[in-house]
This record gives sequence, structure tokens and C-alpha cells, in this order.
Amino acid sequence: MVPVNYYVALSAVLFTIGALGVLIRRNPLIIFMSVELMLNAGNLAFVAFGRSYEIAGGQPFFSGQIFVFFVIAVAAAEVAVGLALIVEIFKARKNINIDELNSLKG
Amino acid sequence: MHLSESVSTGFFFLAPWLVFAPVIGLLINLIFGKQFSEKMVGTVASLASGTAFVVSVLLAYSVSLNHGEVVRWKLAEWIHVGTLHLDWTFRVDSLSTTMMLVVSGVGTLIHIYAIGYMHEDVRFKHEEGRFNRFFLYLNLFIAAMMILVSGDSYMMLFVGWEGVGLCSFLLIGFWFEMDTLARPSWANSNAAKKAFITNRVGDFGFLIAGFLMFWYLGSFQFDEAFKAAPEIAHSMPWVIVAITLFMLVGVAGKSAQIPLYIWLPDAMAGPTPVSALIHAATMVTAGVYLVTRSAPLYTLVPQAQYIVAMVGAGTALFAATIAVGQYDIKKVLAYSTISQLGFMVAAVGMGAYVAGMFHLITHAFFKALLFLSAGSVILGLERGHHAHAHHAAHDDHGKKKKEGKHASGKAEGKKEEEHGHGGHDEHGEVFDPGDMRNMGGLRKTMPVTFWLYMIGTLALAGIFPFAGFWSKDEILLDASLHFTSVYWQLTIAAFFTAFYMGRQIWMVFFGEARTDAAKHAEESPKVMTVPLMALAVLSVAGGALNLPFEGFHNLGHWLGHTIGEVEGLPLDLKVAGISTALALLAILISWFIYGRNPLKAGQIDPLKKPLGFIFTGMEGKWFVDEGYFAVIINPFNKLSQFLADVIDWRFWHDFVHDTVIAGTYNWLSETALNHYADQKGIDGFANWLGTATQSVSATLRKVQNGFVRSYALSVLLGVVLILGYLILK
Repeated sequence: MVPVNYYVALSAVLFTIGALGVLIRRNPLIIFMSVELMLNAGNLAFVAFGRSYEIAGGQPFFSGQIFVFFVIAVAAAEVAVGLALIVEIFKARKNINIDELNSLKG
Repeated sequence: MHLSESVSTGFFFLAPWLVFAPVIGLLINLIFGKQFSEKMVGTVASLASGTAFVVSVLLAYSVSLNHGEVVRWKLAEWIHVGTLHLDWTFRVDSLSTTMMLVVSGVGTLIHIYAIGYMHEDVRFKHEEGRFNRFFLYLNLFIAAMMILVSGDSYMMLFVGWEGVGLCSFLLIGFWFEMDTLARPSWANSNAAKKAFITNRVGDFGFLIAGFLMFWYLGSFQFDEAFKAAPEIAHSMPWVIVAITLFMLVGVAGKSAQIPLYIWLPDAMAGPTPVSALIHAATMVTAGVYLVTRSAPLYTLVPQAQYIVAMVGAGTALFAATIAVGQYDIKKVLAYSTISQLGFMVAAVGMGAYVAGMFHLITHAFFKALLFLSAGSVILGLERGHHAHAHHAAHDDHGKKKKEGKHASGKAEGKKEEEHGHGGHDEHGEVFDPGDMRNMGGLRKTMPVTFWLYMIGTLALAGIFPFAGFWSKDEILLDASLHFTSVYWQLTIAAFFTAFYMGRQIWMVFFGEARTDAAKHAEESPKVMTVPLMALAVLSVAGGALNLPFEGFHNLGHWLGHTIGEVEGLPLDLKVAGISTALALLAILISWFIYGRNPLKAGQIDPLKKPLGFIFTGMEGKWFVDEGYFAVIINPFNKLSQFLADVIDWRFWHDFVHDTVIAGTYNWLSETALNHYADQKGIDGFANWLGTATQSVSATLRKVQNGFVRSYALSVLLGVVLILGYLILK
């Protein structure tokens, strides 16, 4: 069986790539993808820990897996709202460069 | 002397009506007086006073039924605090009923007289509406005097004492907005104030005596105080001396003795019935009653008795000399009253209580008679003056009255009217109807008054067999036995008494009329003369109360129930002879001076030249008033001025109040609290909060740059920091 460390390391790599994507890219669609990547990095960690708990305890324990479904559901909702916003913003401004959407500047 | 709370026989339950009857009369006149006619008002008031007299007679009868037993009729509780028990209890014994009879009897006669007198007086002064008020005051006086004489404790007595003082004040100032000649002035109200304030000095003494009595003797009640007195007199004699001497101050105030007599002559500003009732017959004798009532205390301390006797004798002589030099008919009688009160005080001071009370009673008769007759004379002159002036200037008169009505100010209008009517003659000079120099020859125009006045004069002068002869001789006899110096003073005073009364008779009734008013004087109506006749009968026969013969000491026996039996003295022909001879001599001398060559109009007093400065002294009342002004009143005024101007205004108001208190307060509120605490402290903090928030937010707003990615970086850094902290911890 693949040890949990490998999954956690993969999860960390994916999370970092996602975070960097969020920080570096200016296209909101890409940022969304990166956010998705971070979420799924988290999901991977949940599932990995969930499975290793199951084995360690000797009893089936699905809380990690169940939480992942919540996260997927939330991510789906988020994408639905986010994409709708992006479409509306594009309709209004013909531009979705995130650095130019700074009208909330203090 | 027994005490009994429960009464078997008699009319003792009527005792409270002594006070209630006059008060009811007062209330009826107070409520309905405006609707009543003058006659009705007078009748109600006289009936109220008469009821009190009937009650007094019944009470006296009841006392005699009970063989002089003291009866105390408790009406109400007054003050019960700790050991202080004061009740409104009526004390009915032979002494108090004697006073009640005198007060209500003479009082009722004066009420009736006053109906006639005030009827004219209010018209001469153009204040008809004030008729009712006079009788209210008179009834109030009777009620207060009854409380005084019927009180069973010194405090109840004091209630009446103050009550009669108030009535005296009100009645002296009855014509408060004018002087005795009806000119606009504050002279009458000043006289009223003088009487009141002088009496306050006396009341102060009375109160101190009362407090001492309560402190050392344990009670205000007569019997209890007297019971405790002998023991205290043995252990602390000065206490009793102090009580009796402070009481003497009260007596000197109320009964017009040296040195507080000065208010009584000025009290003549009141209407004449007031002078007769309050300032001759009843109120001023309250002091004599007080000493008699306190006989058990005075008997314990001969030193105090001696002082009382000397004060009385000194007053008797001193006032008698002043009376010789007076021109006002009422002033002569006023000084005569002071002098006669001196006789009484001297008598009770010597322990001759019966003689003092006897003289009190007869004096009430003949001095009331003299005063009321003097009132009749004054009104007679006023009538004569009025009729004459009216006749002489009838046309002028109507015009002036009209002018008066149109005058703007009330005082102005009054002045104008009086000019036409009353006190002034047609040349604008003041006519004084009370000045004996304006009289003369009145025996022809006012015969009834003349004879009444003669009876009063003979009684006062102590001519056999008038009432004054018996009572005065009893005092003189007592004095001759115990106090020789008092005896001589009183005898000389008696000589002066006869002299100034003779002078008055010659000046008023004999000779020729010195003014038109005297020429046209008219006799008084019956409502005035009939009460005078009753008083005249009493002045003639009053001596029968206590004749100096075996078995005739009725008053002595009667009062003996209360103040202890004393042996009645037999007539001493030497004493009686000397005083009668002196009185006759004095009248003879007065005839030589005033009767043989009657005074002419405008002539100065024939005594003035031979006596020189002595007469000036008598005329000027020995300048006692001026002395009081110099010694007490002016320094007092200066002190008041000083206190008001320097202490109160400059020091207290300007310095303490304005500078210290207001200044400190202003400094506190403006500088300390407003400037520093509020503006710099509280406001400063609040403003600092505002500016601090502004500057913090100005810094922080730079963070919100609108770049979503920079926010994300911050979040990441934050998470890294928190995680780093948690891991490295």
C-alpha cells in the first residue's frame, strides 16, 4: 500500500501549484482553475488521511471521504456563482483582467 | 386651699365660654359684619362680652358655693413632651374670677360706649368701613385677656399675655395711616410698634423666668411650681430671686413700670375706648395680676419683693410728676395710669396683695370712667369744631370735597377732605381736640360729662368716700407699716395725683372757652353716657368691696381663699388723714394756679415761669424718650446700619459671597472644570480618538489597493505565518 506521506506530498505540491496560480495569473478563469486545484489538493489529503485512519483503526471510518463530497459540492456551487459573475463582468466591461477590476480600491 | 378636678356643684363647666363667647362674637362680626348695621355689630360684640361677664358672675358664684375651693377645668391637652405637660386648663378660683369680673364687666361697658364713640370717630376720619374691625379687635382682646386670667399655668397665662399684646398693637395702630390729629403720617403705627417692641423686652424677661421655673421647679403649672419652690428657695435661693426678677421685667413691660413704661403714653394714639379698656383698666394690670398670682414665689424672697416695691413706688412718683406737665387730656391720664400702676406694683411688691388687687379693681372703674369721659370731651370738642367750621365755611366746603374726590392719590384726596372737614380749621392750622389748652368752660356745654369726670377725678385723687380713697389708703397704710421709703414716695405721688387732676379739671371744665370748638362743644349721646354712669356708680361705691373695718374686709376674705388669709388692717386715721389732707391741699393749690385765674387762649402754663426748667422737664417727660434714643435706639440703629452696610453688604455679600464663594465657583467652573477638565480633558480625549482613528485609517486604506491577487498573497502570508507559529511553537 502506498504510504500516506506520498499522498500528502502530492497534495502539498498540487496546493502550492494552485496557490501560485492564484497569485500569478491574471485571468480569472485560470485563477478559478487554480482554486479548484487547491481544493482538490485538500480533497486528496482528506481522502488519504481518511483511508489511513480506516486502516489504523481497524474499523471503517469514512469522515474524510464524506467531507470531500461536501468540498466538491461547495466547489461546484462556487464555480457556478463565480463563472456567472465573470460572464456578467465581461458583459459589462468587455475585459476580465483581474488587475483592472480594482474599483474597490480604498 | 384644695384642688379638685371633679366638681360637684356650680357652673364650672361654663369656664371655656369665657373665651368662646367673645370668639363667637368675633366670628359673627367677621363673617356677617359687612351686612350688619353699626348698631348690630356693636350689639353682637357687646353681647359676646356680656356673655363672658355673665359666665364670670356664675363662676364667682360657684367659687363662693365651694367655699373658695380652686377648680381646674381641663378643656384640652396642649403639649405633652417628656416631663412637660401643658394643658389648656381653666383655673377658677377667687383671684381669677375677680379678674374675670373686672375684665368682662368693665369691658362690656366699654363695648357699649364704643358703639357711640366709634360711630362718630369713624365719621370724623372718613373711614366708616372700619367700625366693624374695631369690635373684632375688642372681642379678640376680651378672649385673650380671659385666657390670661383663667390660665392654670404660666404658659397658658403667657398665651393670653401675648394675645393681649397683639390686640394692644392692633388697636393702638387702629388709625395706622394717620397721627392723632388725623394727618397722614406713620405716627400711630410707630406708637403701635413702640408698644409692641417694648413689650417684647418684657416678654423676654417673662420667658426667661418661665424657663428657669421649668428647669428648677419642674413645672409651669401654678400649684406644682409653688409646691417645689420652698425647697429650691432653701437650697438655691438665687433661682427664686432670678425667677421673680425676670418676671418683674415682664411686669414692667406689660404694666408700664420703670424702665419700660415709655410705650404707654404713646399708646394713647389708639381710639379712646382702647385707652380705657386696654391701657388703663385691664391689660396693663396683667402684671399686677401676675405678681399676685406668683405670691408664693415672691413671699420666699424678700429681696425681690423689695425691688418690686421700689420699682412700683418709683414709677408712681416719677409718672405723677410728668403728668403735671402734660397738655393732652389723654396723656395726663396715661401718666396717671402709669403712676397708679406703680401704686399697685408697689403694693403687691410689699406683699399687700389684697391692697394691690383692690386698687386694681377700683382703678379699673375710675380710670375707665376718666378715659371714657375724656373721650366724650374730645368728641364733644370735635363736634363743636366740626359744627362751627361747617357752619362758617359751608359754601367752601362742598367745593373742596369735590376737589378731593378728583385728586389722584388717595392720601392726597384724604388730606384735601380733612382740610374741609375734621382736624384742621379753615385757615389750615391743626386743631387738636385733645389739647387741654383748647378747652375750658366745658361744664356748661357738657354737664353730664363734667359730673362724671368729677366723680372719676375725686376717686383718683383719693377723696373720701370715693373708691380710690379706700384702695389707695390701704396701700399707703401697708407701706407705712413695712416700707417707709415706699410710703413717702407714694404719698408724694398721691399729692401730685390730686394736683394734676385738679389742674385738668380747672383747665378743661372751668373758666371760659378758649376756642370756638370748646364754645360749641356738644354733649355726648346716651349710648356713651349711660355706661359712664354705671362706671361712676362703681367709682363711688367700689370702696365698699373692702372697707377697713372689722367684718368688712370682703375682698381680703374672698382673695384669701387663693393667696392665703391675711388679717385686714383697720383704718389708720393718721395715714388716711395725711393723704386726704395732701390731696385737698393739692386741689387747693391747683385752684390757686389754674382755677382762680383761668387760662386764657394762647397763654402759657402759669407753672412754667416759677418752676422753670423743672416744668420743662415735666413737660418733656423728663426726656426719657430722648435718653432712650441716645443710649439705646440711636446706637442700635448705628449698629444695624453697620451690620447691614459693612458686615452684611460689604463683607458678607461683596467679599464672602461675591468674591470668595462666587469667585471660587466661577474659577472652578470656568477654569478648572470647563477649561481643563471638560475642554482639555474630556473633549481632548474625544477629539484625539477622532484624529487617531482618521490617521490610522489613512494609513490602512493604502492596504486596500483593489488588486485581488495582492489580497490573496496577504492571506497566504498570513496563513504561512500562523502555520509557522503553530509548527515552531
